[in-house]
Amino acid sequence: MSKSRTIYDKIWDDHLINTNEDGTSLIYIDRHLVHEVTSPQAFEGLRMTNRKVRCPDKTLAVVDHNVPTTDRKNGIADEESRIQVEALSKNCKEFGVEYFNELDIRQGIVHVVGPEQGFTLPGTTICCGDSHTSTHGAFGALAHGIGTSEVEHILATQTLIQRKAKNLKVNVGGTAPDGVTAKDIILSIIGEIGAGGGTGSVIEYSGKAISDLTMEGRMTVCNMSIEGGARAGLIGPDEKTFAYIKDRPRAPKGDDFIKAVTYWDSLNSDRDAFFDREVYLDAASLPPVVTWGTSPEDVVSINGEVPDPDVITDENRKESKKSALEYMDLKPGTKIKDIKLDVIFIGSCTNGRIEDLREVAKVVEGQHVNENLNAIIVPGSGLVKEQAISEGLDKIFMAAGFEWREPGCSMCLAMNPDKLTPGQRCASTSNRNFEGRQGFRGRTHLVSPAMAAAAAIAGRFVDIREFAK
Amino acid sequence: MDKFKNLTAVAASLPEINIDTDKIIPKQYLKTIERTGLGKGLFSELRYNDDGTENKNFVLNKPQYKNAKILVAGDNFGCGSSREHAPWALLDYGIKVVISTSFADIFYNNCFKNGMLPIILDEKEVSMLMEETERGSNATLTVDLENQEITRSDGDKINFKIDKFLKHCLLNGLDDIALTLEKNKDIESYEQDLRNQRPWL
Repeated sequence: MSKSRTIYDKIWDDHLINTNEDGTSLIYIDRHLVHEVTSPQAFEGLRMTNRKVRCPDKTLAVVDHNVPTTDRKNGIADEESRIQVEALSKNCKEFGVEYFNELDIRQGIVHVVGPEQGFTLPGTTICCGDSHTSTHGAFGALAHGIGTSEVEHILATQTLIQRKAKNLKVNVGGTAPDGVTAKDIILSIIGEIGAGGGTGSVIEYSGKAISDLTMEGRMTVCNMSIEGGARAGLIGPDEKTFAYIKDRPRAPKGDDFIKAVTYWDSLNSDRDAFFDREVYLDAASLPPVVTWGTSPEDVVSINGEVPDPDVITDENRKESKKSALEYMDLKPGTKIKDIKLDVIFIGSCTNGRIEDLREVAKVVEGQHVNENLNAIIVPGSGLVKEQAISEGLDKIFMAAGFEWREPGCSMCLAMNPDKLTPGQRCASTSNRNFEGRQGFRGRTHLVSPAMAAAAAIAGRFVDIREFAK
Repeated sequence: MDKFKNLTAVAASLPEINIDTDKIIPKQYLKTIERTGLGKGLFSELRYNDDGTENKNFVLNKPQYKNAKILVAGDNFGCGSSREHAPWALLDYGIKVVISTSFADIFYNNCFKNGMLPIILDEKEVSMLMEETERGSNATLTVDLENQEITRSDGDKINFKIDKFLKHCLLNGLDDIALTLEKNKDIESYEQDLRNQRPWL
């Protein structure tokens, strides 16, 4: 009888090719997602060494970071962006990799596209040259971001050299109150463990509040694992997972699906499996939250105030938080609800899915965006956009004064023309509030889609629980 | 990949915690399709004033640190994105060693693919080295990977730990992909088993 194992242990064991004496292991990678920013140097490396892509059928490429979100039928105006996009197209053709270009309805943010296509499956190892690859962990997959050298390594060998990480269990019990979403749960977790709290670990999220989440909500949670320092975060698969996958274009069909479900079902952590560390949060006590600083760990309740760094004892930490406040142009003691906004960004691989858009529509229907701000909605993929249109959400957004855009990463990292100007303050449903992330000297507050929507109407932060009344 | 054996150089410190990859190399520099030439973008939002001139207050712009090849940084250095452009930019600028209490996993890993050495020390040792960097161009450290030790300007030594495999690759400048391809038979036999056990993949 083998000893009790976590889901991470099980997926690891099933992908282990061999382990060296020094403890490093070669693991097999089932799925490789590729986008235009972190792949050109990897393909160039293959060319220089006369190597091929080992498994083109286990590789899927899509363009997302650079694409404009306005009409792109006439091409990409920015020359560097255009060159990078063209390079991906050319590389995919040369190496036989399937590619969704900017005019393909299936195009979108790589982490929205993978699950949508059924490319993301439980029990698989998934890599992408992007730190938010952790998103796919929502399906009970071991998914993490890699650098370009490792992209090249996977393209050439379909494997990765790894050392096993620690198991960190984040148990979120209780029922999340109305208005407290997956985004509030994950931001609260990061606030609790810190931006480096998960370093060296794979997180397993469990507990009632996690199983209560839809697949979209679970993706939001796993997506931000990396903001807590964990390369991967995952959730054991269940009926919701299987129902989401069934009939997706790349999902197993017929007998294969039935066999697959039996395997997927066996992956959940054994009851007495060992975790190196466990953290508990009670969802029932969580409020909607907002970040005030320049690290995703800088989390505070919507009913709270900007904290005072002077109470921090560690000098480096104190100085860092003071400099964050200076950057954000905020003073300790300022009520979060008094913070006025210039821009609202709804989208990203964290919150650019259909359910997120439905949440926003519910809040803004029949209302109008505050006259002092600009609000944009960028769907996570062409298929999300199509679904939203079929539900009439686009009409609600446009009637409320939102700009309704084409899919892509957009203002989450501002590599395309969507960016904040210096000094602008944004409520964003994305994942990073780093300095300059959404544009040079731009200021980012991370929130849930519902909170961003309410802020768009009010022009400042409001408690969605009161707003809904 | 270039080998890394040892390095004697000036060290500069960036005590701030959570220095993220967006700060190390902002996104406007990610549009390149090359690995080289990113040094100009390193810490660009801190390094340059709005008019493009150098910000004299930024540590790497101070004359005594102009030749710094070692960075001593605050906790959780390199957090955020997986962009390998971060180590590429540091390397292109001339930084080959970063010392901190902790690094983000992906950044840490990326360094080793580029002949760079990230060193983890405890809090006391890092703050000691940060103090040492205040001696400016006299703050010369010697990093010896073979013996896993840092020699301070006064001759005192600090030992550091490092993964055996990573050390071996760095000392010999080994190419990971070539190493893995030596195990092609193992990969093929794994793939054969996979087709039987999980045919849907």
